[in-house]
Amino acid sequence: MRLSRLTRVALAVFVGLVILFLLVPLAVITLFAFDRSNVQTFPIQHWTTSWFSVAWHDPAVRAALWLSVKAGVVATLIALVLGILVAFGIHRFRFFGREAVSLLLVLPIALPGIVTGLALQSAFNLAGISFSIYTIIVGHATFCIVVVFNNVIARLRRTSDSLIEASADLGARPLQTFRLVTIPVLRTAIVAGALLAFALSFDEVIVTTFTAGAQNTLPLWIFGAIRLGQQLPEVNAVVVSVVALTLLPIAYAAKVSSSDQTRASIE
Amino acid sequence: MATGVDPDHRVGDLPSTSLRDTTGAALWRRPWLRGLATLSPPLAWFLVIYVTSLVLMLVTAFFTVNSLTSQIVYQWTWSNFSEIFTQSVYGTIILRTVIMAVLVTITDALVALPFAFFLAKVAGPRLRRWLVGLLLLPLWASYLAKVYAWINILSDKGVLPGIESRLGLPVTHLAYSNTAMWIVFSYLWLPFMIIPVFGALERVPDSLLEASADLGAGSWFTFRTVLMPIVMPGIVAGSIFTFSLTLGDFITPLLIGGSSSSFIGNAIYDSALNGGNLPFAAALAFVSIVIMGVYLFLARLAGAFEAL
Repeated sequence: MRLSRLTRVALAVFVGLVILFLLVPLAVITLFAFDRSNVQTFPIQHWTTSWFSVAWHDPAVRAALWLSVKAGVVATLIALVLGILVAFGIHRFRFFGREAVSLLLVLPIALPGIVTGLALQSAFNLAGISFSIYTIIVGHATFCIVVVFNNVIARLRRTSDSLIEASADLGARPLQTFRLVTIPVLRTAIVAGALLAFALSFDEVIVTTFTAGAQNTLPLWIFGAIRLGQQLPEVNAVVVSVVALTLLPIAYAAKVSSSDQTRASIE
Repeated sequence: MATGVDPDHRVGDLPSTSLRDTTGAALWRRPWLRGLATLSPPLAWFLVIYVTSLVLMLVTAFFTVNSLTSQIVYQWTWSNFSEIFTQSVYGTIILRTVIMAVLVTITDALVALPFAFFLAKVAGPRLRRWLVGLLLLPLWASYLAKVYAWINILSDKGVLPGIESRLGLPVTHLAYSNTAMWIVFSYLWLPFMIIPVFGALERVPDSLLEASADLGAGSWFTFRTVLMPIVMPGIVAGSIFTFSLTLGDFITPLLIGGSSSSFIGNAIYDSALNGGNLPFAAALAFVSIVIMGVYLFLARLAGAFEAL
């Protein structure tokens, strides 16, 4: 396909505009987080970093942050164990219903999040389970499994079986092979999967709305504050901190996994 | 292969020749047992927690709530569904949600196609890495942060009206409208469309496009007859995300939509969390699942799953 110079230039301009469109909102909230005024207006008159300190010392924010971190860590651990197991199972074994299992895993992210949220709420309700951090964790782990699964299975598919054969041929016992060959090969994929799963859990709001009851995770606190139009400068500082904190592990995850794995994990 | 030896203590056995025999070294002896042990914990989680919850919700959709005691009445009835399909307010809400999901999907596809084409076929490897990185940034930035950013941009005291009045342009009042929702949704899900389309385009070898050109096809003809059939599954794959994510949202309509911007999600949210009517919320969720099911069926017809 030979493109004329004009087409190339037009495409490049279009791509530049799209990138601008994608990044301007992030720049806007970052700028507003340093706005001294209580009422955010553009252009910004006076600058300050004090909203970060206000947010950091707000007990409601702290409690929400702590709940999000705890729920995220436990959900990630569960997702890691189950995601790795199912990736191995699907990669190693041919069995009836294998396709159905792959489909089942994607279901929590293919179906609208509100369906997952309401389904869990209905089940908790019927089973007489009251809302707690555990109900949040159960919801988060369910949709995080697929993230770990995607990363690990992508690595397994690209890893030649001959590595494992070689290890066995050289006399390693299965457990030795697992410890000395399989795990090192998978390590970065597992780390990337875990980071992405945590980021997903840390940011989730739709399912959490239905499984948290009266508790506030950090996204639920942000949602409530925006909705009521209260503490908006504080919201801004929190939101920018959250973006910064989520992007660090994501950048790392993107770096350790090759480009095709990053794609697999976010799809 | 040595037989009758405990696999864990088998040290110096013969090198094997066939791939199937050696997959997982010793697993070959009792593969179904090992497979079961590997797969049962994750499957149990999914079946016990997720599938059971879904089934319970679908069953709940056929119950009602006693309006006095707000307890669930466990009696089989179609009344929730007949209410949804006879009261025009729900018809409007469902229609609005589906139309928005379709509009956002089309918008994102139209933007993603040239963007992904540039990424895959025009940009050099260095530029491509940068662009992919810049794409991942908004993809993984907090959802609420992005919605909140758009409130700051579109609201009357926000960035866009601020710039417009400075430049002496007519000031737009986009916030709290369906147009605002369309912009924000298209923004939110754009990376979800670009990535699979880019993936599909990346798999098209340049030689294929050259062959088409050598055989006398113009750029537009090559695009239409060679590129599009290969890219289509990628678009459909991306559209599953844009469609499903729009369909299930209630936060963007609540925060940036206007007074007549309620989605199915908002109706579910109101019934389940404010109205205490879980069965009615479940019936509405049932409707969303059916809509998504129809969409996935159409996507399957278009051959999207081979691309996933």
